[in-house]
Amino acid sequence: MREGMVRIPSGCAISAIMNVKGIRFNGEAIIRSITCMHERSNGLGGGFAAYGIYPRFRDLYALHLLYESDRGRIDAESFIKDNFVVEHSESIPTRPVVSITDPPMFYRYFVSVRPDSLDALRGEDEAELLVRATMTVNNCIRDAFMVSAGKNMGVFKGVGFPEDIARFFRLEEYEGYLWTAHGRFPTNTPGWWGGAHPFGILDWTVVHNGEVSSYGINKRYLEMFGYHLTLQTDTEVVAYLFDLLHRRQKVPLNLVARALASPFWKDIDRMPEEERAMYKAIRMVYGPAMLNGPFSIIVAFNGGMMGLNDRIKLRPLSCGKKDDFVLMGSEESAIRSIVGDLDEVWDVRAGEMALVQLEEGGVAVG
Amino acid sequence: MLRLDAAGVHYRELNRMIKAAARDGETEIILDNINGQRYIGTGMEEDVLIRINGVPGNDLAAFMSGPTIHVYGNAQDGVANTMNAGTVVIGGNAGDVLGYGMRGGKVFVRGKVGYRVGIHMKQYQNLVPLLVVGGTAGKFFGEYMAGGILVVLGLGRKPGEPITDDYLATGMHGGVIYLRGEVDEHRLGAEPRVFELDDQDHALLDPIIKEYCRYFDTDPARVKDRPFVKLMPYSHRPYGRLYAF
Amino acid sequence: MARSYLPPEYIVDINRDKCRRCGLCVRGCGFSVLKWAHTDWQEKMGTFKDGQDDLGVVYQRIVETTPDYIVADSSLCRQCHYCVSHCPEGAINVIKNPVAYRANEHWAAHHMRNIWLQAETGGVLLTGSGNDKAYFSYFDHMVLDACQVTNPSIDPLREPMELRSFLGERPDGLEFERTPEGQVRLKTQLPPHVQLETPIIFPAMSYGAISLNVQKAFAMAAKASGTLMNTGEGGMHQDLYPYADHMIVQVASGRFGVNPGYLRRGRIAEIKIGQGAKPGIGGHLPGEKVDSGVSQTRMIPIGSDAISPAPHHDIYSIEDLAQLIYALKEATEYIKPVSVKISAVHNVAAIASGIARAGADIITIDGFRGGTGAAPLIIRDHVGIPIEVALATVDERLRREGIRNRVSIVASGGIRHSGDVAKAIALGADAVAIGTAALIALGCHVCQSCFTGNCSWGIATQRPELTARQDPERGAELLTNLLRGWSRELKEILGALGLNSIESLRGSRLRLRGVGLSKQELDLLGIKPAGEGA
Repeated sequence: MREGMVRIPSGCAISAIMNVKGIRFNGEAIIRSITCMHERSNGLGGGFAAYGIYPRFRDLYALHLLYESDRGRIDAESFIKDNFVVEHSESIPTRPVVSITDPPMFYRYFVSVRPDSLDALRGEDEAELLVRATMTVNNCIRDAFMVSAGKNMGVFKGVGFPEDIARFFRLEEYEGYLWTAHGRFPTNTPGWWGGAHPFGILDWTVVHNGEVSSYGINKRYLEMFGYHLTLQTDTEVVAYLFDLLHRRQKVPLNLVARALASPFWKDIDRMPEEERAMYKAIRMVYGPAMLNGPFSIIVAFNGGMMGLNDRIKLRPLSCGKKDDFVLMGSEESAIRSIVGDLDEVWDVRAGEMALVQLEEGGVAVG
Repeated sequence: MLRLDAAGVHYRELNRMIKAAARDGETEIILDNINGQRYIGTGMEEDVLIRINGVPGNDLAAFMSGPTIHVYGNAQDGVANTMNAGTVVIGGNAGDVLGYGMRGGKVFVRGKVGYRVGIHMKQYQNLVPLLVVGGTAGKFFGEYMAGGILVVLGLGRKPGEPITDDYLATGMHGGVIYLRGEVDEHRLGAEPRVFELDDQDHALLDPIIKEYCRYFDTDPARVKDRPFVKLMPYSHRPYGRLYAF
Repeated sequence: MARSYLPPEYIVDINRDKCRRCGLCVRGCGFSVLKWAHTDWQEKMGTFKDGQDDLGVVYQRIVETTPDYIVADSSLCRQCHYCVSHCPEGAINVIKNPVAYRANEHWAAHHMRNIWLQAETGGVLLTGSGNDKAYFSYFDHMVLDACQVTNPSIDPLREPMELRSFLGERPDGLEFERTPEGQVRLKTQLPPHVQLETPIIFPAMSYGAISLNVQKAFAMAAKASGTLMNTGEGGMHQDLYPYADHMIVQVASGRFGVNPGYLRRGRIAEIKIGQGAKPGIGGHLPGEKVDSGVSQTRMIPIGSDAISPAPHHDIYSIEDLAQLIYALKEATEYIKPVSVKISAVHNVAAIASGIARAGADIITIDGFRGGTGAAPLIIRDHVGIPIEVALATVDERLRREGIRNRVSIVASGGIRHSGDVAKAIALGADAVAIGTAALIALGCHVCQSCFTGNCSWGIATQRPELTARQDPERGAELLTNLLRGWSRELKEILGALGLNSIESLRGSRLRLRGVGLSKQELDLLGIKPAGEGA
């Protein structure tokens, strides 16, 4: 039995660190922070997303793929060549780790979109092509799985404690300006590397703690818009909801957060007229997208990250700030394990988000 | 006095050392470089003072019945879970679900507290739990409260910042909550009622304020510079008419 | 007249020791079952009286020597229990007639009774209320989920729990824009919609089929509970105008009481194609029920039959429905949602898809358990399909076609409690409508005799002495209580499911499991069998 065949509830630890000036730093810090929350995961899943790690290929899509057989690799590579121009490809360097047994093969491809593939899309943008390619690989090609497909970023994940996964992928050798991490506590044994988190689509990655109780309708809602949910995880749902609402429907990020963790009617009823109408519309239209139940999530993308808490704060999420660094984590201690003397530390409130973006420098809350 | 450096020490090892020392009659234990170690003081019944430098992990002082714990920093979630007796003094902020089901003992927090603090606090015979928050409190403060005393001072509030967030004392059916300053009706749950303080209340509250001020080096006059209000349930059985049978 | 083969089905038993001869039951029975013995004798004497004066003398002597008491003609009893409920001494009971027919699994007593009745009359069997046959209930073979450990249940008494729901079209997405001041604001203009504070509405029951007092009770309760009632096809009495904002105004094939004012006054305009109790069948309000009030409201002469044809004669095809939908939108300036009500029939999913594409904003689907004031028994009991499967297949079809957002779905037909409501919502309903359950709240005992016009409870009648029994204020209180009780229970269910808002249950079929259903039935309902995890 593997991920996607059944829905596996998980508890988790999440953390993130970002330099808002875009200065890159290696993976040690994020590893330290997720290791601090060892108790929150159980060795059945760990993973990382890193941004700014491929400056040499910054304008190319970095496709991270996982293969469980040579056949999977041959099929996937032929699909990739049909749709993309591969500028560079290599296997992702790993090192043996005692606790990690029987890992799959990992490859990465730095690609651009073939002009003729784009023509065939009839006006859709490149992003749509990448999304479709990801879904094709994950649904149609046996033994192959697209782990991430964004520019100048990558996801590294697998079955094991996050600190072991980090050593396996030699993350201390990478430098990025934004890192997120996930330690997983699934309730049974998925044993499949593709099912670990973060989950990514394009450059969007999601790490998530908690299990939403509205999964059933969230999934059916996404299916109505053509998404195929193969993993049956909340993380996948969250990533696709961001894709649908923000990329496809152009809903501003802060309002995506409001759609997924909506204010209560009692609060909407107290808002001024125009605002009330807007939130009422959000709830009416995006009600099926609302994530109901416990969650704290960190969504990362090229240029920023955002932390979001559920409507009644059933899962924890702390934030901290030190100079140009913004940190997030399921526990304050996870943040402090990176930086002891924070300038500022606060908890994300129920239904609110902490949006952190490059350059503009500041932290926008709410 | 025992001093332990907790840097990199797993909580099981750390707590084993703490408990062994307390059992051997140690009366004061200082823990340095604490960061995220869970369950400190949990289940302990000895009369011992534990000083914590750093941020202790979740479930600090859970089921505790005796020790005194001073935290020189923030605390995370689940402090004083089902605590029975003893004292916890937190020099910074505390997280969510502080004092859940607390039946006795005292907790003093200098700063803010998170969501669902003091929920289902209850009293029994001579056990009357006390939880004092120096700053502000998040949503669902005192939810299901069945007994004991909750105090929120709201010190250092920004103008317009509410002393507690929404759903205050929702489901309250026992105990008393003192708030320094006004309460917004729309933040109040359906069950509590707002009262002015009488002499008896002041007699109860004064020593509590003094104790808070002693821990955190605050001037009691500053705390008492504005009037308190009192929240009490209007019924011990708020849901008596909810059911049909 | 030949003697009837029909023995009474139930026996009205009066305990003479307890009876204090107050006569309340005699005045109370709408079906004239209970009588004073003296009156009864007098009437019976009358039938033999011709030229036999001595009998009159005999009768006179009996009356003088025997104190009066109460008798019952059980053959007239409809088992509505009005007398049982109102006898101050508890002296009356209605028991099933123990007459024992020869045991026969195929020829049940009711089949024989109906044959005798039709043999004696040559009529079409008429009945009221909903299908009472022992068809399999899907509601009773589905169970809901609850949270344990991995996600928490939520306490509905203390924490916020939201039932607010909407009826009407929703766009697939919203557009936002920035104001010159840099504020983000909504750009999309939302289609007309109606806000409900609980996802339970009152369905179409016309003035004529039910009394005005009952309609008033519905109107007041709908307003108090933040929900809707439905005029049915009998127009809107002017006493209800103050509640018009909580009313669905129905346009049925008879077009009774339909004029521009009626359409504009209502909150939603509904085209009634069919109802679950009598799919494909029209209606007939006999002229005797058309008193001055009904006449005024329906805009027909007093005493005239009010006939609703089986089809709308301006709708013979789906494009004609679109034409009528847009005629109603035109007449209401495009500010009100238009609903189309259909009975659940075999091809309901395709029909619903057509209705959505024809421009309806709401589809009301009425299952085969749905009630009626009058319907041929054979139609009521043998035509149509259960609401559960109809709802499930419609919701799924509309989703597959990507048009689910174009319409809201209201499900009705045999919803008995809040558990049924929750299951219907999990299958995909935006709201449910409760007719029979609401009438039961007002005293209805489901005696299935609505068509007689003699309803002792004052519900399905226009006889002033009977309708006076329904006090609108009290009725509104009973209905409001019922909605409050069910809404609280829905909150309990949501809390157990770890949800604090009804939209997170809506269509979330993962939270349902089937017990004792075949693979094919599970697939149709879109649910898994109990025991299968997520």
